Amino acid sequence: MIPDPPLAVLAELTHRCPLQCPYCSNPLELERAAGEMTTNEWRDAIRQAGALGCLQIHFSGGEPTVRPDLEILVAEAVATGLYTNLITSGVLCDRARLERLASAGLEHVQLSFQGATSDIGDRIGGHVGGHEKKLLFARHVRETGLPLTANFVVHRQNLHQLDAMIEMAVEIGAERAEIANVQYYGWALQNRAALMPSRAQLDIMIAQVSAARERLKGVMAIDFVTPDYYARRPKACMGGWGRRFLNISPSGKVLPCHAAESITTLAFDDVRERPLADIWLHSPAFQAFRGTDWMPEPCRACDRKEIDWGGCRCQAFAISGDAAQTDPACALSKDHDRLVSTATEEAHSGGDGFVYRNFRSAKLAPTL
Amino acid sequence: MTGHLALTSVPRLAPHRRLRRDEQRGLWTVQAPERYFILDDTAHAILSRCDGKDSVAVIIESLCSSFPDAPRDTIAADVIHLLQGLADKGVIAA
Repeated sequence: MIPDPPLAVLAELTHRCPLQCPYCSNPLELERAAGEMTTNEWRDAIRQAGALGCLQIHFSGGEPTVRPDLEILVAEAVATGLYTNLITSGVLCDRARLERLASAGLEHVQLSFQGATSDIGDRIGGHVGGHEKKLLFARHVRETGLPLTANFVVHRQNLHQLDAMIEMAVEIGAERAEIANVQYYGWALQNRAALMPSRAQLDIMIAQVSAARERLKGVMAIDFVTPDYYARRPKACMGGWGRRFLNISPSGKVLPCHAAESITTLAFDDVRERPLADIWLHSPAFQAFRGTDWMPEPCRACDRKEIDWGGCRCQAFAISGDAAQTDPACALSKDHDRLVSTATEEAHSGGDGFVYRNFRSAKLAPTL
Repeated sequence: MTGHLALTSVPRLAPHRRLRRDEQRGLWTVQAPERYFILDDTAHAILSRCDGKDSVAVIIESLCSSFPDAPRDTIAADVIHLLQGLADKGVIAA
């Protein structure tokens, strides 16, 4: 069976970032600047993504505005017909730069916040003064006329500010807010005991999000990602492995999702060495969990197998040690009870200290 | 945010929403932040006339001349229904 072309590409231009969020989705082994693709290598990858059928491109990192050639890459994406999105911390991009990006054809900005106030936000992001810079950047985005989404990653140490975060998103003129619970791979898995919310917090958050959605109808849309450790059925991770999405790492590795490198039993192709279309269609890493043929029981007989596509492969690998197992977030997984008891225990007795995400910790971090 | 669309409303694509031909799949789409919409032939015929100059009434007229076999009432109802839905989703402004 020939897979459909992907809908979106996530271009992780760099792992360099002034923030040190302890749940960063980058791998534990961060890529140094010297290993990043050149401008022309990225331009070629972007053209290939457009030709392959991608409709949207998300420029991310690390912090993508670290790259001085971001304008050139945005322009390349626009010329290719891709709809462009910038996912940024907002702390490095001044107004003039933002205007250059808008002139290059940028269509949408997603700005991350770590909390609703400077004390919480700056501590979690590990960047003093960051929260204030974000608020200024948000104002510049609105003044430039670009649509703004406010991104909030939520966890035990900032959930008490959830209502305030939603209010802040409205105040800065966001047309969308993404409220996403931490997903536990890589750095977040290292920090799980410091981040895991309690079930009581989960109930409160669901009530707050539902109330806010009702209250803000027509003002701001809210996307919500639940904490899957407390779920009965897994999330449809990436809409299915190799079905809609591909990710290109700073050094050109092509991944089915941004956390896929945590599955150490897979090898990933380099877009500089093999055509992107060939990687998408034929590479072993993309074929490994595509469709439903790879599934074990109870997934194989499950009537939800083409709804959740077996959940998350990275989570299966992280928890059970086998990426082809049922996602432990599913109540039908043999590892589910262990997952839930770990979460409950960590939510109540875990400390609040973080292993911050930076190049120093990247060397110290044990491999799980 | 978006009120009710009237025959006198002048619809246009909202800022940073793009009507795009997806050559790979042979479809018309609207690209928007973090989402996209696939347009069927009817939706494309309507949306491609939303140029920020013509009113809903003029758009209905134009469609009636292009599709003389379709009853005017059906066209008018389709146009209002589709555009109101797209306005509610933030795809068009009027």
